[in-house]
Amino acid sequence: MVGEVIAASGVSFKYAPDEADVLSNISFAIEQGEWIAMIGPNGSGKSTLAKIMNGLLAPHSGTIQVKGETLNEETVWNVRQSVGMVFQNPDNQFVGATVEDDVAFGMENLGVPRPEMIERVEHALEEVNMQAYKQHEPAKLSGGQKQRVALAGIIALRPDVIIMDEATAMLDPMGRYEVIEAIERLKERYNLTVISITHDLDEAAEADRIFVMNQGQLVKIAPPEEIFLMGEELMGMGLDVPFSQKLQKALSTRGFAVPETYLDEEDLLQWLSKLYSKM
Amino acid sequence: MFDKLLIGRYIQGNSWIHRLDPRAKLLGTIYFIFLILLANHWLAYLLLTAVVFILIRLSGIDLSFFLKGIRPMIGLILFTVLFQVFFSQGGEVYFSWGILQVTSEGLRNAVFIFIRLVLVIMISTLLTLTTAPLELTDGIEHLLRPLSRFGFPSHEIALMLSIALRYVPTLMDEAQKIMNAQRARGVEFNQGSFIQRIQAIIPILVPLFVSAFNRAEEMATAMEARGYRGGEGRTKYRQLSFHKGDTVLVLGLLVLTVVIFGIRNYI
Repeated sequence: MVGEVIAASGVSFKYAPDEADVLSNISFAIEQGEWIAMIGPNGSGKSTLAKIMNGLLAPHSGTIQVKGETLNEETVWNVRQSVGMVFQNPDNQFVGATVEDDVAFGMENLGVPRPEMIERVEHALEEVNMQAYKQHEPAKLSGGQKQRVALAGIIALRPDVIIMDEATAMLDPMGRYEVIEAIERLKERYNLTVISITHDLDEAAEADRIFVMNQGQLVKIAPPEEIFLMGEELMGMGLDVPFSQKLQKALSTRGFAVPETYLDEEDLLQWLSKLYSKM
Repeated sequence: MFDKLLIGRYIQGNSWIHRLDPRAKLLGTIYFIFLILLANHWLAYLLLTAVVFILIRLSGIDLSFFLKGIRPMIGLILFTVLFQVFFSQGGEVYFSWGILQVTSEGLRNAVFIFIRLVLVIMISTLLTLTTAPLELTDGIEHLLRPLSRFGFPSHEIALMLSIALRYVPTLMDEAQKIMNAQRARGVEFNQGSFIQRIQAIIPILVPLFVSAFNRAEEMATAMEARGYRGGEGRTKYRQLSFHKGDTVLVLGLLVLTVVIFGIRNYI
């Protein structure tokens, strides 16, 4: 933990002047090296918030600070260098004609000299385990592979923060696993801050803290154990609870004395085996 | 439906021709077409045909690919050739019926036009078969670059070209998907009158356009998020370089030019 990397204070936003706020009065601070999961029903403003953090949209009130620098028109290109973003659709963010071109695209934009670019492309592809596909065209890659390339393109820019805007939403379970594993590895290695917007609760359960958004507001910030105990309340917002929580609930309706705390799958397994040995 | 499309088809290989600099290949092809149009003697055509066949041999690509490239054009070629045969004037008259007449000059021209068209198609097919689309756009960008001094948007055009090429397979997949989806809802694509067939295309075109707009918007956002702000201050990952082979190509073309002009002027 090196201190705050992204901080928002009183951020509000709306797309058209006469419409209701898409985001209203949002404040938070994220530490370097944290893994944040942002959950919330569709239309709760998660993606809008992500775009504001990257300077793709400008809030109409409130400020965003990235590494102590206030985000405005002058600093936006600097900020984009430290905040990388991976989007949902793997096809529509693949700019280059081949894997290596796509990874190099961001560096080309920053004017990185060519010899260094070649080295960084190689390195970034190794990090996501895609070096064998260097010359491949996007049409020949699977969705998960394309997202790993997108990740490599961001890694090559050496950012402090990676925002994933439902980056695993369009992938099959295998592709999702590959991408998450790659991110976990990269986060460990570079002390990255990861902000992942997701509907996948098992992915959210891995986070250090969860931000719950609902109707443009940041409803709750808490570690997963605490968030998932909100069971009924989460379901009221149209969200779900993780599998282990569902199992806990199913057990308690069948008359087992289940502990009141959140258990992840490992904890649940241990509790069940303890219970079994007592029977 | 789309596998007949030869435009931009590229066959991977590692022949001498594959390894040539795309700029040299592009300009060389254009220049060669110019030479084909310049030739006006059967000796010159014999020579050019021999050169084309040698180049095809050097590329290591099966001749059948080139014949496939000619096939869709065959109607057009025959039409032009027949026109030449029946409507040319001059020389010995072999046959005459109304305004139609077959003359020695007409036959000569017809044969020349046939060879010209076939050679032009073959040499341009050779270019697209041996050059990856990406290399081609790189080459075009480099060749256009001097024009940017006069305000010509060479970087933007190159970017648009490379994005367009990169999306060809993606959009084809999508068109196929939309087509199947519409078929599943009972739209018939190859039945009915001409008008009905045209109308049947609308349920493909509209969704395809809408999705292309959405893709474009998402892509622009993703590009901006990755720091893209126009051509200025960018470095290039890809670099083209002139090799020994390219010099050989240029020398070969020079020799060929001299010979063709020689035939033109002295024989």
